[in-house]
Amino acid sequence: MVVGLALATTFAACGNDSNSAAGTKTTGGSDSTAASGGTIKVGVLQSLSGTMSISEVAVKNSELLAIKEINDAGGVMGKKLEPVVEDGESKPEVFAQKIQKLLTQDDVSVVFGGWTSASRKAMKPVVEGAHGLLFYPVQYEGLEVSPNIFYTGATTNQQIVPALDYLKEKGLTKVFLVGSDYVFPRTANKEIKAYAAANGLQILGEEYLQLGDTNVQGIVQKVLDAKPQVVFNTLNGDSNVAFFKELKAKGNTPDKIQTVSVSIAEEEVGGVGVDNLAGHLVAWNYYQTTDLPKNKEFVAGFQKEYGADKHTDDPIEAGYNSVYIWKAAVEKAGSFDVAKVIPAAAGIELDTPEGHLTVHASNHHVYKTARIGMVNSNGLIDEVWNSGQPVAPDPCLDTYPWAKGLATGEARAECDAAK
Amino acid sequence: METVLSNLYIGVTLASILLLVGLGLTFTFGQMGVINMAHGEFIMAGAYVPYVLQTTLFEHARGTAVLVAFPVAFVVAGLMGALLERVVLRRMHGRPLDTLLVTFGVSLMLQQLAKDLFSAENKEVVTPTWLRGQWHLGGVTLTHTRLFVLLVVVATVAAVWVFLSRLAAGRRMRAVMQNRQLAAVSGLPTGRVDTLTFFLGSGLAGIAGVAVSLIGSIGTTTGTAYVLSAFLVVIVGGLGKLRGVVLAALFLGVINAYVEHATSSTIGKAAVFAFVILFLQLRPNGIVTFQTRGLAA
Amino acid sequence: MSDLETAPPPRGAELSPEPDVVDVPEVVRRRRTPMAMLVPGSQSPWPGRIAFVAFAAALFALPGVLGQSSEVRQWAEWLCYAMVAVGLDLAWGYGGMLALGQGLFFGLGAYAMGMHLSLEQVPKGSLPSFMSLYSDYKTLPALWRPFQTFWMSAAIAVVLPMLIAGLLGLLVFKRRIRGPYFAILTQATAVIFALVLIGNLKLTAGFNGLTGFTKIFGRNKYAPGTDTWLFQIAAVGLLAVLAAAMKIVGSRYGKLLQATRDSEDRVRFLGYDPALVKTVGFAVAAGMAGLAGAVAAPVIGIVSPGQFDFLPSILLVCWVAVGGRGKLWGAVLGALLVNWLRVTVSAARPNDWQYFQGLLFVLVLAFMPGGLAGFLRAGWQSVATRLGRAS
Repeated sequence: MVVGLALATTFAACGNDSNSAAGTKTTGGSDSTAASGGTIKVGVLQSLSGTMSISEVAVKNSELLAIKEINDAGGVMGKKLEPVVEDGESKPEVFAQKIQKLLTQDDVSVVFGGWTSASRKAMKPVVEGAHGLLFYPVQYEGLEVSPNIFYTGATTNQQIVPALDYLKEKGLTKVFLVGSDYVFPRTANKEIKAYAAANGLQILGEEYLQLGDTNVQGIVQKVLDAKPQVVFNTLNGDSNVAFFKELKAKGNTPDKIQTVSVSIAEEEVGGVGVDNLAGHLVAWNYYQTTDLPKNKEFVAGFQKEYGADKHTDDPIEAGYNSVYIWKAAVEKAGSFDVAKVIPAAAGIELDTPEGHLTVHASNHHVYKTARIGMVNSNGLIDEVWNSGQPVAPDPCLDTYPWAKGLATGEARAECDAAK
Repeated sequence: METVLSNLYIGVTLASILLLVGLGLTFTFGQMGVINMAHGEFIMAGAYVPYVLQTTLFEHARGTAVLVAFPVAFVVAGLMGALLERVVLRRMHGRPLDTLLVTFGVSLMLQQLAKDLFSAENKEVVTPTWLRGQWHLGGVTLTHTRLFVLLVVVATVAAVWVFLSRLAAGRRMRAVMQNRQLAAVSGLPTGRVDTLTFFLGSGLAGIAGVAVSLIGSIGTTTGTAYVLSAFLVVIVGGLGKLRGVVLAALFLGVINAYVEHATSSTIGKAAVFAFVILFLQLRPNGIVTFQTRGLAA
Repeated sequence: MSDLETAPPPRGAELSPEPDVVDVPEVVRRRRTPMAMLVPGSQSPWPGRIAFVAFAAALFALPGVLGQSSEVRQWAEWLCYAMVAVGLDLAWGYGGMLALGQGLFFGLGAYAMGMHLSLEQVPKGSLPSFMSLYSDYKTLPALWRPFQTFWMSAAIAVVLPMLIAGLLGLLVFKRRIRGPYFAILTQATAVIFALVLIGNLKLTAGFNGLTGFTKIFGRNKYAPGTDTWLFQIAAVGLLAVLAAAMKIVGSRYGKLLQATRDSEDRVRFLGYDPALVKTVGFAVAAGMAGLAGAVAAPVIGIVSPGQFDFLPSILLVCWVAVGGRGKLWGAVLGALLVNWLRVTVSAARPNDWQYFQGLLFVLVLAFMPGGLAGFLRAGWQSVATRLGRAS
């Protein structure tokens, strides 16, 4: 105990050294205090413990890699970046608390972080209230635009809608929906059902598993009984492992029932098992195998830093891009002031591992090329189809007639405000 | 009929998992009264064993690795348990509820240790080729993996039963559980018996870990997913009662399967917990009641 | 929240036990020197009163010392946890009931107020924002209607947990379910609660929970000063809960509760019904958790099932155990100290701070059975006894 207390006190001493500099300011990111001492603080907030650490630790690593690269190249406007890393503990309330701490107490200029919709929804009011800046690096269910958040992962029309288009084109029209029991899968499936009704897809069933639940036999049986051509899979985390193991054990192969997953990337393939996933489809905007010179550099840099056996994937790459997008916005604004950086970010163009990337002029999302991939026997993902050119982000699906009425209330107001 | 049978099968196979994760607790919880929250992390340790074997010594015999993993995991998890008992729990006799919190602290540390040793992402255990396949029986698909797990459970339960009722060490263990003082004055080395009890209980968690690695994920939070179900099974079964635990696992597994089929997975799960609460109203000491003046009093 | 302010302040006279009920040890009675009141075990009400006032003063001075609004907010959150901890200590430390499912009651309180706050964000009569997005409801569902008014929500936040705990307690204690059975059973209730919340996305916002409380009782949550205001509400809440708990502990009922903890059978032979005694204690603890939840909802700004599942419920118990059960201030100390350590250590070592949290639980519980309170008390006892003798 005494040891623990002594240790804690020591850490407290290290952890609190920012207090004096921060003074009594209540809003984050103005350059006067943040820029003092030739460094600029940036926050990195991912779950480093708890269930989500399975995926989020790697995103933290890629964000730190980008920060390191930028520092090695001289920093941003001559200032070195000083990352302040915090653990979101896979708990939304901790995300809410820690982002407030980062923005107001550590006075960071920007926060990179979040993964689950729950963590983002928890941070949103805080970052808006503190007039801070957050980059959220994961694909999500759409129907949201915040003036203080940039969404560098895909929204539904850049991932799910293209995947549905692909299924339709391939004649895989009998669909079974399987997902984790939370907002992303529920909302995604609502959108999928609206799409299906307008495009002649047939939904044979819709089942949900509690997040992290590995008791999948019942659901697998329901899927097999319904005899769909394809399972549209929005399961997250550990449930995927059990689901695909059971599906394979029951003798299913991709040529009998194909699956399309939107939450399984290279990082997850290893955990699910290559044998269980080979030949199955996934939908993302980036793969480790994406054949672009910028990506070769990125993969080499990531593996050099964290080990040759590490994979890169879409959220990892989006986390990495986020840092560079912010850097470009700061340089364009000529200031670290959030109020100046946010408008400057609009229209920024960058060469990234996933290709040429443009930040949307008003809705805080980015243009992304949709890519359908197939898991190969090495645990990597081969692209089998892409949208050819970057798809404009449309978080409220306003350009799709079948989606009329999906965005209501707050989402409607946010999207209208961002037009 | 077909769905009735297929759900029965699902229920029984689920029960086999529940039984396997709960079996070790009949020793540590049932016999010693220690509410070991680190039980889940011993399961996790067991689940990492086939992964380690498949990526090192048995790189080219991954099927054999799974078989070898059972005794190895038993010993690894068993030693972890014995160490825990020797170093910490020994100081906590007569404070059963405190052991819950201490072992919760231990479980946090073990999860962190696993993250540092194996990194945060989930690991893969390759299913042996001889486990890939399935039999069709009256419209029900029986997968070899689940049948194998069922076989492991039956063998483990049989071994535990033989140990407890036929072997001298097992009888000593029961003697210490039923009346520690009397056992001590009769010349039994109660301290050593405690360590052995913990070794066995934790070792069984290791075996459960290998089994669940075949059907679920292998990662730092693998154990958390199972630990609560394990306790429910033991509580419903009656502390320290093998027969009760087997029955309880079957009850809970089958209820879950049928309710889930009729409704949804989440409701199926909630139904199991609700059943446990109601059941304890009827039989506060579990299916098989405890006849001694032990912990349940 | 002003209902908290009308809660009776601790009246010293009632803190002292009635001498004809309690068998005061002879040794204490004899010692009437001024310093004797510092001796542990002394029945003088003054140390308790002075400590309470000092604690209250310290609490209200804290926001000024902290300065940073995010720190004030954080401490306000911990004060809410301390409220739950005091209730839990009453049930566990004084009543011997290890309630591993306090998350259920904390959560009920938090959801009651969270639902009210969700409705405050939208124009009167319209649906909360998540509902218009995830469900097809056209009008407010019946379940949500009572939460349109603040007082109703506050009442539900406290009364509903007490009712549920009372009902559960009667069932469970009448059947003489206790010890590990009771612990696991209560844990199961917290799990069911989380599952039901997750499974009813359209009514509860599911796993994501209720969030976006920008307006709080007419104030802007992110305006300067709001955090301090919320902190003060939480402080008043904690003081009220603490005062109530102190009063209960010192009352006849409190003695009965402790007697039940020590020997149920003797209490039964004396003509009391231990089941009833325990049920009341459990219900009071639940009410305190519910109140804490109602304050925590606006403070934390999010109410989601993960906050009330079985793991957070175990953590709550750990805080009480680290602080020292059976001592009300031990529970407060535990909740505040462990959380402060958690936040400072995890900020300094985000990648491996779990080692330290785990180690803390192991060391304190294995080596200090009385928790920090017991440890400090033992130290104080030796000093005070010497002082007492010297005078």
